[in-house]
Amino acid sequence: MLIIRRINAKARSYIPLIKSGQTGLLLSTGIAGYLSAHTHPDLAVLIGLAGSLFLAISGSTILNMWYDSDLDTVMNRTHNRPLASGKVTKKEAFWLGAILSMIGVGWAIYIDVQYGLVVFAGLFFDVVVYTIWLKRRTSWSIVWGGISGGIPILAGRILAIGQIDLVGLLLMMAVLFWIPTHILTFNMRYYDDYKSANVPTFPSTYGFEATRAIIALSAIIAAASIGVAGVMIGIQAGALRLMAVLSTGLLLLSFATVFRPSEQVIFSLFKYASIYMLASMILLSL
Amino acid sequence: MKVTTLDRILLLVTCLLSAYQVVVGINGLENIPTIAYTMAFGVLLVAGLLILILGYGVLDSPVVVVVSTMIPLGLSLGLVWEYNIAWRIPYLVFTLIGFLAIIITRSTRMPGRIPTVILAFVHGVAGLIVFLLPCILAARGITNPGFALVGFGGALIGLGGLLLSFLKAGRPIVSREIILRIFPWILLLMTTAFVAGFAFA
Repeated sequence: MLIIRRINAKARSYIPLIKSGQTGLLLSTGIAGYLSAHTHPDLAVLIGLAGSLFLAISGSTILNMWYDSDLDTVMNRTHNRPLASGKVTKKEAFWLGAILSMIGVGWAIYIDVQYGLVVFAGLFFDVVVYTIWLKRRTSWSIVWGGISGGIPILAGRILAIGQIDLVGLLLMMAVLFWIPTHILTFNMRYYDDYKSANVPTFPSTYGFEATRAIIALSAIIAAASIGVAGVMIGIQAGALRLMAVLSTGLLLLSFATVFRPSEQVIFSLFKYASIYMLASMILLSL
Repeated sequence: MKVTTLDRILLLVTCLLSAYQVVVGINGLENIPTIAYTMAFGVLLVAGLLILILGYGVLDSPVVVVVSTMIPLGLSLGLVWEYNIAWRIPYLVFTLIGFLAIIITRSTRMPGRIPTVILAFVHGVAGLIVFLLPCILAARGITNPGFALVGFGGALIGLGGLLLSFLKAGRPIVSREIILRIFPWILLLMTTAFVAGFAFA
């Protein structure tokens, strides 16, 4: 009984390492990328896609947390995370992240080599280029974070159609430009945290006004990319109408962020952008 | 006032119903009613999402007065375009001028009662059409009797609009707590009535 209880407790301390909300959203983009092809979906392939992506995304997230555990300890927002608070050791996190990543990428290559290589590229950009190389050096590291975030949807699309096409790149671009609304909002909201951890961010490099403008511009480009991709995919008129409605909401919030900035408006754009992305993924799959 | 879990559920269902109406409920209509209904249900959807994200504080924004006008204006324009062919163009002109007038009077510091009179007039006309036209059509047997539900939705939107107007004017008919407590119910009932009514039409 004691062993089972210990395993349960350990498993519970591992769960926050994968940032379930973020992983779930990225996973949903991968599935949407696959379904956006509107080919006859193969259930076995779909399960393989979901499983391999879940493992690869979870693995890279854990490796990020492993590498950034010193930053998490300094920052108020993150000091309760399992690694920073000492609930999980660095060694454990590293091995867990590495094993999940290897199984995820291995499974992806087993399903389809091209798809597997793209998944590996996403993991490489996220862990090596974004986290290890650039995050502590330049605020522009988020571009690489964005590219790796856009990989699951591209990978899903590639798995369905067997090649990289313009729609796949547009979908990837939509996620790439959605990510700044997420990260830059955090950068502004927890400005002092990032400052004390010496992590360069857009607000600390270019100021709040420029950051708000970038958030708004990113949201607009994300909405435009997903809209054009939707038209090119040939989604139903009703789904396109709904996408237009949701995009209008996103654009209005983006303008409010620039012209009537407040913490409330920026936070609402951040939340709305996540709902927007999830809804768009569902609509692209219809 | 805090948005409770029940409020969240009600608002979420309202959003889903509005989304359903935009995606499925208005398929096959002409361009103008499609755009008009999309605007009306789109505002309902985005407003519901913003209340879910930001809470009831969002209702205090002055933009709400202008944006919420799009619901009765969009619905009434769609209804007139579909069921009263002779009045199509005049009502389209009324809708555009009315909406423009509301934007201008609300975004400039216009003195006196002009902004209130314009808002009451445009809202009143649009609200009456949404309430009366479906009831008349249903009563005359031109549409399915169930179409009268759209009129019921119109009555509810009028009630919600009145409660919010008095609240924003600082002279609430009932307390702010009661208004906000019943607000998600009104939104849901109204949206359900619209969606069901249009389905019956």
